[in-house]
Amino acid sequence: MYLGPVLVTFAVGAALIALFFIPHHQAQVVNAEILEWATVVYAFALILGSISLWNTHARKVRNRIEGWPFSLVTMATLVTVTGLGVVQGTGEGTVVYAIYQSVNAPLASTMFALLAFFIASAAFRAFRARNLEATLLLVTAVLMMIGRVSIGEFLWPGFPAFTEWLLDVPNLAAKRAIAIGVGLGAVSTGLKIILGIERSYLGRSN
Amino acid sequence: MSWARRLLGVDRRIIFIFIGLGTAVPLLLPVNLPITVTPRVEAAYQTIDTLPEGSRVLISMDYEPDTMAELQPMSIAIMRHCFRKNLKVIGMTLYPAGPGLVEPAMRIAAEAEGKTRNVDYVFLGYKSGFQTVMIGLGESLRQQYPVDFYRTPLDSIPVLRGVDSYAQIDLVVNLTASSAADYWIQFAATRYRKKLVLGATAVMATDYYPYLSSRQLLGLVGGMKGAAEYEKRMDLFGDARRGMDAQSLVHVIIAILVILGNVALLAMQRSGEGGGPAGPLGGPR
Amino acid sequence: MIDVQTWIAAFLTLCVFSFLYRDNPFYRFAEHLFVGAAAGYLLATQYQNVIRPNVIGPLTSGTADAQGILLTLLPAMLGILLLLRVHPRLVGPARWALAFYVGVYSGIAVTGYLQAQVLAQIADTVKPFGEGWKAVDSALILVGLLTVLAYFFFSAPHTGVHGAGARVGIWFLMVAFGASFGYTVMARVSLLIARVQFLLRDWLHWIPGGVS
Repeated sequence: MYLGPVLVTFAVGAALIALFFIPHHQAQVVNAEILEWATVVYAFALILGSISLWNTHARKVRNRIEGWPFSLVTMATLVTVTGLGVVQGTGEGTVVYAIYQSVNAPLASTMFALLAFFIASAAFRAFRARNLEATLLLVTAVLMMIGRVSIGEFLWPGFPAFTEWLLDVPNLAAKRAIAIGVGLGAVSTGLKIILGIERSYLGRSN
Repeated sequence: MSWARRLLGVDRRIIFIFIGLGTAVPLLLPVNLPITVTPRVEAAYQTIDTLPEGSRVLISMDYEPDTMAELQPMSIAIMRHCFRKNLKVIGMTLYPAGPGLVEPAMRIAAEAEGKTRNVDYVFLGYKSGFQTVMIGLGESLRQQYPVDFYRTPLDSIPVLRGVDSYAQIDLVVNLTASSAADYWIQFAATRYRKKLVLGATAVMATDYYPYLSSRQLLGLVGGMKGAAEYEKRMDLFGDARRGMDAQSLVHVIIAILVILGNVALLAMQRSGEGGGPAGPLGGPR
Repeated sequence: MIDVQTWIAAFLTLCVFSFLYRDNPFYRFAEHLFVGAAAGYLLATQYQNVIRPNVIGPLTSGTADAQGILLTLLPAMLGILLLLRVHPRLVGPARWALAFYVGVYSGIAVTGYLQAQVLAQIADTVKPFGEGWKAVDSALILVGLLTVLAYFFFSAPHTGVHGAGARVGIWFLMVAFGASFGYTVMARVSLLIARVQFLLRDWLHWIPGGVS
C-alpha cells in the first residue's frame, strides 16, 4: 500500500540520518537544500489549513447552521486581512499591522488571560489532598505559588532557595526521566516511519 | 446545608471577582514588593554580560500574542542588555504571528539604547518550520533568509557582513512559548555546540531544568517573574516588574482558595456529608 | 497605538472578558473575528516571508540559472501537490508531498532526540557526584531518575522491588507536576495582569506606563 510515498519517506529520512554523520561541505549543502524544501512545503501546509477553515465556515453559512452570521465575520476578516497582507505587506505602517495590534494581539492575549479565572475556580473545587500522592502535588504547587513570588520571600527569606532546590533536584530527576522517555519514543517512532512500519500518516486507502 | 457545602457550592463568579480585584488593586496601588534575582536568571544575565563587545547574538523570539505578557517584556529587557553591551543582535521568529510583536520589541529596545537598524541589529522576519530552519542555519543563513523582514538582501546589511551560519554567532537566545525550545537545544546547543540561553513561559520553565544541569542551557528566564528579575538586574522598571505585586496577591488568593476547599471537604467528610462539590467542576453558572 | 486602535482593542478585550459572566453574542463575535484575523495574518506572513522570497523571488529575479529554477520549482510543486488535498479525489497526489515532509521530520527527529535528549541527559546523570551536600542532591537525582523510569516501565508488573521503586518514582513525579502546576498558575495570572495593565494604563490612563 502506497509503495511510492513510503519509498519517498524512506529515501528522505534515511538520507537526512546519513547526512548527519557526514561533515563534508557538499553533503551539508544537500542537507540545507532538502531542509529549505521542507520549509516551503510547510508554508503550503499552513495555506491548506486556512483553506480548510474557509470550507468549514462556508458550509455553516450555506446550510444556515446555528451561529452562521458569526462564520461570515470569520470569512470576511480572513479575506480582508489576507488580501491586504499580500498586497501591502505586514510591517509597521501597513493596515494589517494596525489590525494585528488592535485585533489579533488583544484578542489572543485576552482569550488566554481568561484561564487565570478558570484555573483559580478549578483549584478551589478540584485540587484535593485525597491521598499521599495528591498531597505531595498540592503542597508542592502551593509552595511554588507562594515561594517563587515576592510575598514568599517576605514571609520567609529562605523560600526562594528552597523552591529552587525543589526545581533543581526532585523536579529535575522526574523531568529528566520524562525527557529520556520522550526521546526514546520519538526515535523509535521516527525509525518506524522511515522503515515503513508506521504508515498511518498517509491516511486510509481509497 | 452546612457551611462547608455552601462554601463549595459558591457561584464561581464570586471567585472571578476576587481574582479580578486581586489583579487590579495592586496595579492601581503598588507597594513594589522586593524582587530577588534567582540563580538561573543571574546565569542568563551573566552569559550575555560576559560576551566581548561586538559579539553576535542570534535571538529567536518564537511566540505569539497569547503569551506576549510573559515574553515581550523579556525580549525587550534582554535585547536592551545586548545593546548596552554593544553586542550585535540578529532577530528572527519561527512563529507566523510573531513578526507583529518582534518588530516593535526590537525597535523599542534599540531606540531605548540608541542603536540603529542594520548597523547594530537586523530583523530577519519569519520563516516556517522549526527544525528545518535551525539546521539550515548551520549551513547557510542566506539560503533560509534571502532577504530580511524589510526585503533588504542580506549581503547589503552591514551587521550581517561575514555572518552566514552558527560558526559566526557567539550566542543563541531563544525566547519561546513552545517546543521550539526543544529543537534549539537539539540543534543549536547540541549538534552545533552553540551557547544557548532560554527564556520560556512559566508553564514550560520547570521542564528545562535537566538541560541546565547538562549545560545544554546556560541560563533560564521563566515567565513574567523571570522577566521581572531580568528587569531588576538591568535596573529597569518595566511591565514585568510592575505586575509583580498583583502576581503575589493573586497567588495568595489562589493558595487560600485551595486551602479553604480542602478544609471544607474535610469538614464535610467529618460530618458525614460526603466529599463531592455541590456542582460540577466549574460550579453553578 | 493611536487612540482609535486602543479603543478597538479595549472593546474586544471586554467582549472576551464578558464570557466570565456567561456565553454571549459579544464573545462569539470576538471569537470569530479573532479566528479570521489570525488565519489571515498567518497566510499573509507565509506569503511575504516564505513564498515570496523563497519561491517567487528566485523565479522572477532573472538571476537564477536552470539548476536554480529547478531547485525552486520542485518544492513549490510539492507544496501545490499538498494543496490538492482540499479535493477529496486528489488526496493521492498530496500523499507524495506528505511523504516527503514526514520523511524530513522523521530523519531529523531520530538524530536530534537521540543526541540531545537521550544521550546528553544520560551522560549528565552518569558522572561523579559533587562534594558535600551536592553529593546528596546528585544521589537524589539518580534515585529519582531510576525510580521514575521504573514507573514508566510497563513491560513487567509493578510488584516487589520494581513496585516499590515505581511508588517512589510516583512521589518524584508528583513533586515535579506540583511544580509545573504552580508555575502554570503563575503563567495564567501573568497573562491576566498584562490585560488589566492594558485596560488601566493604555485605555483608561489610570496608571503610569513605559519602561524606565
